[in-house]
Amino acid sequence: MIFAGIVAGGIGARFGGDIPKQFLILEKKPIIVHTIEKFLLCEKFDSICVGIHKNWKSYTEDIFKKFNLNDERLLVTSGGENRNETIMNIINALESKFEKNDDNVLVTHDVVRPFVTLRIIEENIKTALKYGACDTVVRSHDTVVESNKEKTEILNVPNREFVFLGQTPQSFNMKKLSEFYNELTYEEKSNLTDACKIFVIKGESVKLIEGEFSNMKITTVGDYQIAQSLFARHSEKA
Amino acid sequence: MINCIYQLISPKIIDVKFQDIDFSKKVLIRPRFMSVCHADLRYYNGKRKREILEKKLPMALIHECCGVVLRDETLNFPQGTNVVMIPNDPPSDLKPGIFENYAENSKFLSSGSDGFMQEFIVLNPDRVVPFNFVEETVFCISELVSVAVHAVNRFINCSHKNREKIAVFGDGSVGFLVSLILKKIIPDAFVILIGKHTEKIRHFSFVDDSFIELHENFKFDHAFECIGNQGSSEAIDKIINHIRPQGTVILMGVSEEKIAVNTRNILEKGLTFIGSSRSGRKDFETAVEFLENEEFRNRVSSILSFEGSVNKINDIHKIFEKSLTIPFKLAFKWNL
Repeated sequence: MIFAGIVAGGIGARFGGDIPKQFLILEKKPIIVHTIEKFLLCEKFDSICVGIHKNWKSYTEDIFKKFNLNDERLLVTSGGENRNETIMNIINALESKFEKNDDNVLVTHDVVRPFVTLRIIEENIKTALKYGACDTVVRSHDTVVESNKEKTEILNVPNREFVFLGQTPQSFNMKKLSEFYNELTYEEKSNLTDACKIFVIKGESVKLIEGEFSNMKITTVGDYQIAQSLFARHSEKA
Repeated sequence: MINCIYQLISPKIIDVKFQDIDFSKKVLIRPRFMSVCHADLRYYNGKRKREILEKKLPMALIHECCGVVLRDETLNFPQGTNVVMIPNDPPSDLKPGIFENYAENSKFLSSGSDGFMQEFIVLNPDRVVPFNFVEETVFCISELVSVAVHAVNRFINCSHKNREKIAVFGDGSVGFLVSLILKKIIPDAFVILIGKHTEKIRHFSFVDDSFIELHENFKFDHAFECIGNQGSSEAIDKIINHIRPQGTVILMGVSEEKIAVNTRNILEKGLTFIGSSRSGRKDFETAVEFLENEEFRNRVSSILSFEGSVNKINDIHKIFEKSLTIPFKLAFKWNL
């Protein structure tokens, strides 16, 4: 079976304001609605599970009703303390409802990346089914530098040709993702900023999918303004 | 839902416009295969007049496309139905006797409003024609087939019945399809191709004769002009000189500049000139019916060059650049 896990556990600490950023209005709809609408168009998904902070679960369900997101494939579950814990909660919610299978695939996606395209989603599904894990990336136009531990000096300048910027979706064989994560030490778990790293730590191959620069993550007020301006560009002719 | 619209901003520059789309009471389609028309190339390469470019751009190109139904809240098409999309969007109050493609206030996708280079297309159900064929690639050319069907049907309705010899001027894609459809709809007609390129004329194996030069006494009853641009002037002149009295001339080639026409001889011979462009739903239905026939489909496939997939914006540029180098039509898979 093929599942989507929409990671929406954050409560907007980096954004400010009194409402998590996924509920901010972008072109007359909450960001979360745009993201879910795109995933619902993909018929390959057996279920789309949204992992949301427990305090905002009811609010999310209200929003889904208000915007007619009444597809029976849509589930809402409580998020965890961090991104990876939210993904594990999503897996638990799916496994409690659907049959466990060695070939099940989970396409994880940041709720605050509403500009994801169907092409990216479909390539994730195809690649995860074939290879077990994949990450959506774009080339880095800027040079990336790695600093020392004190963050005061350059330690290394990786060749830009082999440096990519990670986006989502990130997609995995669900059984492996769950097993690998549970095998990690507490320290390894606390250093995880990215679900793909779980596979990398275990020496498993993670394939790359070409993303889009427009598949941006709306994390800061500046990002939100850029996202709003994307709709305003090239306005309709009179 | 957010839709990505890949617009030509100015010649050879493409950017994405994002637009929230509502598909309630409409058909939501994922474009799958597209083919490039000369009109698209003229916009892409900046060959239209500056004031036209300023008026029409930014705009998504391509009006020849087939796709698959993702959702249909009008309940006309099951999910997964292969369909051809009609780029013509006529007003609801069509006057009797006026074809939808000539109606005032009619919109045309990729000429005034966004064409099919989009992630999703939202259309009214009457702008969608289903087809029952698994191998859908060739159906992207349905629009051009329908344009030829429309022209041939207008010819049948307007010309006198002596159709012994019909000349088709132009060895490009339009000339090919008009000749093919003439042979299909009027099997007894003697269709003569007048072209300029031996290597292209070779593809017209189904016509009854073909020429590059016309001898003085060469005559025909009716003619189709499928050339356009500066070549139209010379072709129309030849048609007027060689056509028999009261013949009908169907003009199909688009000319950017005004061209001189020998009206004296038109009057002397009592000729009828008919402008034919674009097509309507009935023409699309006929085109799809023809394409479901294997022999017809195979012939049409012979002028289509498939050039892989468009997976990113840069691939769009490659497609348009490649289009300039192939003799007939370029088709491609749309993955964006």
